This record gives sequence, structure tokens and C-alpha cells, in this order.
Amino acid sequence: MVTYIIRRLAAAVVLLFVVSITTFAIFFLVPRLAGMSADDLASRYVSKAANSQVIHDTATRLGFYDPILVQYGRFVKGLFLGVDRNYGPGIEHCPAPCLGYSYVTQNPVLPDLLDRLPVTLSLALGAAVIWLVFGVAAGVVSALRRGSVFDRISMGVALAGVSLPIFFTGIVSLAIFRDQLGLVGDVADWVPFTQDPLTWANNLSLPWITLAFLYAAGYARLTRAGMLETMSEDYIRTARAKGLPERTVVLKHGLRATLTPVLTIFGLDLGLLLGGAVLTESTFSLPGIGKYAVDAIGNNDLPQVMGVTLVAAIFIILANLIVDLLYAVVDPRVRLA
Amino acid sequence: MNLRSTASVLAVTASLALAVSACGGGAKSGSSSSGSGGGAAAGPSSEYNAGVTQVVNPSDKTGGTLHMGMPGDFDSVDPGDMYYSYAWNFARLYTRALVMFKPVPGKEGLELVPDLAESLGKASDGGKTWTYKLRPGLKFEDGSPVTSKDVKYAVARSLDKDVLPSGPTYFNDWLDTGDYTGPYKMKGKLDDWKGIETPDDQTIVFHLKKAYGGFDYFAMLPQTAPVPEAKDTGSKYKEHPVSTGPYMFQTHELGKRIELVKNPNWDPATDPNRKQLNDSVEVLLGQNEDDLDQRLLSGKIDVKINSTGVGANARKAVLTDPKRKQYADSAALARTWFANINGDVPPLDNIHCRKAVEYAADRSAIQGAYGGPVAGGDIALSIMPPVMTGYQKIDPYGVEAHPTGDVDKAKQELQACGQPNGFSTSISYRTERAAEKQTAEALQQSLDRVGIKLDIKPFPQGDYFKLYAGKPDFAKKNGLGIIVYGWGADYPEGFGFFQQIVDSRIIRSAGNTNLSVKDPEVDKLIDKAAIEQDATARNQLWSQVDSKVMDDAYILPYVWARGLFYRPATLKNAFISQNWGMYEFLTLSTQ
Repeated sequence: MVTYIIRRLAAAVVLLFVVSITTFAIFFLVPRLAGMSADDLASRYVSKAANSQVIHDTATRLGFYDPILVQYGRFVKGLFLGVDRNYGPGIEHCPAPCLGYSYVTQNPVLPDLLDRLPVTLSLALGAAVIWLVFGVAAGVVSALRRGSVFDRISMGVALAGVSLPIFFTGIVSLAIFRDQLGLVGDVADWVPFTQDPLTWANNLSLPWITLAFLYAAGYARLTRAGMLETMSEDYIRTARAKGLPERTVVLKHGLRATLTPVLTIFGLDLGLLLGGAVLTESTFSLPGIGKYAVDAIGNNDLPQVMGVTLVAAIFIILANLIVDLLYAVVDPRVRLA
Repeated sequence: MNLRSTASVLAVTASLALAVSACGGGAKSGSSSSGSGGGAAAGPSSEYNAGVTQVVNPSDKTGGTLHMGMPGDFDSVDPGDMYYSYAWNFARLYTRALVMFKPVPGKEGLELVPDLAESLGKASDGGKTWTYKLRPGLKFEDGSPVTSKDVKYAVARSLDKDVLPSGPTYFNDWLDTGDYTGPYKMKGKLDDWKGIETPDDQTIVFHLKKAYGGFDYFAMLPQTAPVPEAKDTGSKYKEHPVSTGPYMFQTHELGKRIELVKNPNWDPATDPNRKQLNDSVEVLLGQNEDDLDQRLLSGKIDVKINSTGVGANARKAVLTDPKRKQYADSAALARTWFANINGDVPPLDNIHCRKAVEYAADRSAIQGAYGGPVAGGDIALSIMPPVMTGYQKIDPYGVEAHPTGDVDKAKQELQACGQPNGFSTSISYRTERAAEKQTAEALQQSLDRVGIKLDIKPFPQGDYFKLYAGKPDFAKKNGLGIIVYGWGADYPEGFGFFQQIVDSRIIRSAGNTNLSVKDPEVDKLIDKAAIEQDATARNQLWSQVDSKVMDDAYILPYVWARGLFYRPATLKNAFISQNWGMYEFLTLSTQ
């Protein structure tokens, strides 16, 4: 098991390297191929009336005149050794792993990301609990009562959930539940859990439900399909023939086998969300990593884009690793293999 | 889903949400409304456009929190590192510059009045030297006295664009900087630098490379707001700018939220232009614009911080509902939407061909593209927006009489140009801007009436000036004869509007702001206006610049921009500042 984890982590490092070099190449090579000079690139990060000297100085400060490999080398060096930066009155050291400084805000990227991480974690984990519980439960009940009114309604709702984009459900639910009914707090006013857990939960309830609505739909359909297939297996018939209670048959034998694909998808979804729930955070004005990513791309801010990309990649890799390890817990057949 | 259908879905969603919220909605807790709703549904009756000419809901009551929200973030809240007008407007809550625009409605709001200084600047040496004397009793938020050295330090630090890149470069360009590059790179040399002198703690003297008659406008820039050297943290100063105004930073969660509280060391006796009515001011940053508009319309947010007012979806909701419209103001902005006519691309090197374009254009259709007369703007007769100081009406192409174009005159000009059957050229616009796309299409249709064929070429907004339309070689090589564009004044006086778009000497290899105007006579007029110290004579010269560029037909102006702004019923002391082209933040309160 330990060897397996080490091997997966080593592969993850290689993957992160590939992700970083691809991001770097897209950022620098594409504009260069389009004929953009170092000064052209630097003019994105100066004020609107900056003169040629200011643009030249900016290009020099950001290292745009250096060959791309040198610039990438500087980024990698920052990851392992940190970066020194002149902030005006003095020099500050950004300790390793340093993801560099934003070209636009001049803030160090990693602390910015860590500052936004609790928002994304709160959003993703809260929503994940809701969609997992409700999605799987609805899927199980629908499968067991196939063709019933509940099955039809829940699958209809699930279809709506999958189909409706979050910027639609989000804005409309804000108008109804916050502005009309006053049931939830001002979502945009982010309050950390450590500061006030009740307000935290109240303000996040709508983003949780909206996001969970989108995902629960898929999980309900997935669980239903899996349960329908599993419940017609021979070993389920055998379990029933042995006289096991229906509850045990469904939960221990039926659901357990169905959970493997659900877990796989869950790992991917959660990893993606932890790397930034872009649409949800933008719709609800939540200052998380997803919103940060949108702003970074809008500003052509490479260090920020690079930081978000790497953090998102790490989350996806870790989530998948954890899911792979959980397979053994959920499905004894994996353990035997 | 393609882009168009995505945009449609977004528009429908936002409209639906606004419609839902239009059914009612409560005011934010703690606001002064009686509880039954702070939006359009309740509160005192108002009048559409009342805020354009007068103070709406005047009140001297103190207390409460002013809730502000903005779709993005400030370029910076460091007074030495900001450029957007909404940032300058906001900065006056916690900083004081040497000079400021008078915070009153109407034309009077374009007047400069002393702020930190006792009076406006006194010029000497033919306008190359400007002297200001500070008011006595000025203090920073920590109680330490403000001296002229703090102002000198503030301006000196703003010269360093490596550390503070976002602000304007007027001081870099005009101050006699010599070899001085700012206090960060030249530590301990500030006193040796004679570009700014401080003979005593109250007096500050600016020395310019060449005379400039409108230096008070530079003294108005937030870059002259004092910064104590001991508290300067360079690029990190934005985390807590030290206050001299009525409010000071309590919290600044970068990119998320700002909270200002009362500055106990601000003395109203030293400040005739400000009041300290709110207990605190909160700004939520990075808000979803449609949701922010929704909250503004339902009274949960008091003010939206941006330069164009409510978004397209909220605009419809406001203008079609009289209950909401009474709380809206359509404000004229110091901004013109126009297209450059590129003389580098034949046959537009011939003035008559350029004039044919001026005459043939249907400005009325373009006005519709920008949102119509209320939310988009007025049909432009010349380049200079009428809200600016010294505007003089000219209409060289008879636009007032022919808003849809004068086809006969256009054909006459084509004859004179030697192209009686018209010609072909290309028109560029910024892909992301729907109004510019519609503008290009409207021009394509209207110019086609006289045989001028336009090939429409969109380019991405982010690189429009660096790689495409703003790069003369590219524009010439690709035959961009007409370039859709627009410009807003840094400050509402001729130099702050014209210099960047009509001075041929600032044209460089890429990233230009002047995309076509190359007339030595215009350059001479700019120089003459710059050194003129008499404001009336100076304004006359800027009017001549407007007229000369129009005669040259290098620019085709079509819309003088407007923004539609919304003030919830609970907002007090609200009016549109003619200078900022948005609500004056300094006077706003909620009690």
C-alpha cells in the first residue's frame, strides 16, 4: 500500500510539472507567436497612459526580456528556494514554495490562495455532503420503487437539476429566498466559520443547496441505474433467500456495490470543486479560489493563473488518490485483487 | 451552447431575477427605512433625474453604515497608485489632496477648490513653478501633524512605476525630475531633489520642466495626498493607507471587503468640504454585477461603485417601471464614443474621403447601439463632451440637422476625393463589446449608401491596442481604415481629455491611445493651451483643438456617453457629480 501511494505521488509530481509547463507555454508562447513583444506583454500591467519608458521598465522588472526557459526556471526556483522581491522601501522574501507575485496586484500568490481556500472548502464540502446524502438516497429509493410517483418526480427533478445552469438557479434563488422571503443572509457577505458558525451556515446555505441541486441530480440518476442493475444480480437473490432483512440486502449488498462508481465520480467532482467552484462563486460573489481564477484569467495574470492551476491539479490528484484508497474499504473485491 | 445563446440565457436569467425581486424586497437591516422596504416599493417619493441637478434627500443626521458594493476591485486604494475615477472619488473619504473638485451638483462641481492647501496654486516663472501653502492643524489618523514634506514624499513615491504602476504619469512627465526616480530606488536623496521644494512645513513648491497653466488639476490628483515616510510600505501600502480624511481603514481584506471607520484625528475646522455623517463605510468587492444591481434595487446596498451605473438588465427594469425610475439619474459622462479614421490607409489619406465618412455615418443608429439617449448617450456633434469645462458647441458636419447622415454631402466629398463611386476599407472593433459590434454594422450599412464598403474585423479587447488597432504597422498593413474606440477624460478639462488621443507626438510602435490624429497644428495648439494660465483663454484653445481635429476628419464622434445610476430611497445627500460622472461618494449617508 505504501509503495502504491509513493508511486501515485511521484506520478502526481510529474503531472504537476506538465501542467505548469503547459500553462507557462500557453501564456508566453501564444502571444509571442501572435507577434507580441516583451513590451507589448508588459503594457498589460501598466496604467492606461504609461509612456514607453514605464513599459520598458515594467517588462524588465517582470523579466519578459529573458528567454522563456529562463523565466520558467525562475518560477521553478521560486517553488524550491523562494523569491526575493523589492516592494519599495525594502526587500521581502517569499518563502518556498513561492508561487510568485501577481503582475497586477503585486500580492504574493500563495497567501492569496490560502486566504481564499476556506471559502472554497466551505462551499465544496458543505454542498458535497448535501448532494451525496440526498442524491444517493433519492437514487436508492427511486430504484427500489421503480415506476412509482416518487421515482418519476425525483428523476424529473434530477433532470431539471442537471439541465439548469447554476447562474440561472443561483440568481433566481437569490431573488426568491433572500430578497423576497428573507430566509437566508447576504450570501456575498462572507463570514468565516471560526468567526460565527451560524451566520457562516446561514449565508452559505443557498450556494450549498444550489450547487448540491446540480450535482445531486447526477448522483441520483447514477445511483438509481447502479441499484437497478445490482438489485437484479444473483447474489442479491441469494441474500434474500438466506432470509436477510431487506434493509441489510439493500444497504449492505446492493448499495455497497453501487457506491464504487459513485465514489469515482465523487472524487473527481470534489477535486474539481476544491480547485475552484468558478460559476457558483461568481454567481454568489463568494471570494473563493474559483472567483480568484476568473479574475486572474481576466487580468492575464500568469502567476495567479499558474497558482490556481497547480492548486486545482493538486486537489484533483489528491481527491482521486483518496478515492482509490477508499475503493478497498467500500468494495472487498478490490481488496482481494 | 454557443456564445449568443449563453448571453441570451444570462440576460433572461438576470431579467427574471430582477422581475422577481421587483415584487418587493426589504431594506438592509439597520438602515433608516421604516422596515417595509427600502427599494422602489417604499420610502419617500422622488423624481427621475433629480440627482443630476440637486442634492436628493438632504440630511445632516449622523450614524449608520454606508453600504457600497462593486463588481470588481479598485486598481488600488493607495492614493499614489490609482487611475479610475471611482477610485479617486472613493479615495477622498480617507485622503485629502492639495486641491479638490467642489462636492456640489451641477456645473459648480467642475470648480477646483483648495483641500489641504489654503488656496489654489500660485504660479510663477511663467507657469513653471507652482506654490501651495498647507492649512494649519492638519493631522494623520495617528494624530501626527501633516507637513509639506509628507506631500513631497507622496508625489515622489508615485514617480516609481515599478512599485506603484497604476497611477497616471503626469508628474513623471511634467515635474523637473532630473535624474531622480523616487525614494525607493534613491534612498536618502529626497531632500537633494529640487523638483519639489519644501522651504517650511507649510509650503510646497513644484518645479516643472515646462510651463503648464492647469497645474491645479495635477494638484487635485490623489498622488498629492500626504504619505508619512515612516509608514510607507511601498506596494503594500494599499493594505492600510494612512488617513487624513474623515474616515480611516479599519479593515482591508484584499479583493473582498473594505471597512472604513471615523478618523478621530480629522478636524472639520480644517476641512470645509467634507462631513463625517456615517459611523462607518463598508465596501463589498468582487460582486456579481447582476446580483449587485438586484441588491441595489431592493435597497440592500446603498451605492454601486462603477463608472457606468446599473448593468443592461437592471437598466431595463429601472426604465420600464415608473416606481423604480423615480430613483434613477441619467448622468452625462466626460466620455465620447468615436471611431478613428486612419489616414495611413488610402484613400483615407485624402481629407475629402475622411469627410465623406463623417457625412455618411448614421449616428442615430449608433446611439441605439450604445443604449439609446437615456442610458447610452446623446448624439455627439464633436469630440469634446459637453459636460467638460469650457465646452463650446460646434457642429461642422451638420449632425444636429442630419443625425442619420447627409448622403448628398458625403457624395460631394467622394467626388472631391476622386472616388465618386466610393471605396473599400476595413473597420475594427473589440470583440467582447456588443455595442462596438453594432456600431461597426451600423457604419457598414450607412456608409454603403454612398458606396463605401466596410469589411468588419473584430479583435480581442485585451490586445486591441497592443497588437492590433493600436499598433500603427498592423493597422496599416491590414487596412484598418476605421477603428471603433472611445475615450473618457482623466479630469474634465481639455488637457485631461485631449492630450492622450490627439497629440501626434505620443504615438509609439504599439499600445497607442492616439490611433490616427497626426496634425502639427493640433500639436501646436496643445502646447499653447498647456502653458496658458488664464482659464478662459485655455478653454478657448481646447475648443479650437476640438474644432481642428473635427475639420481634419481624423475622428468620427458619434455618442457622448451617459450612465444610468440608481439611488435607493434610503440614500441621503445623493447627487451626480459632474466631475466624476457618478454619485459623489463624499456626501452620501443613510440617516
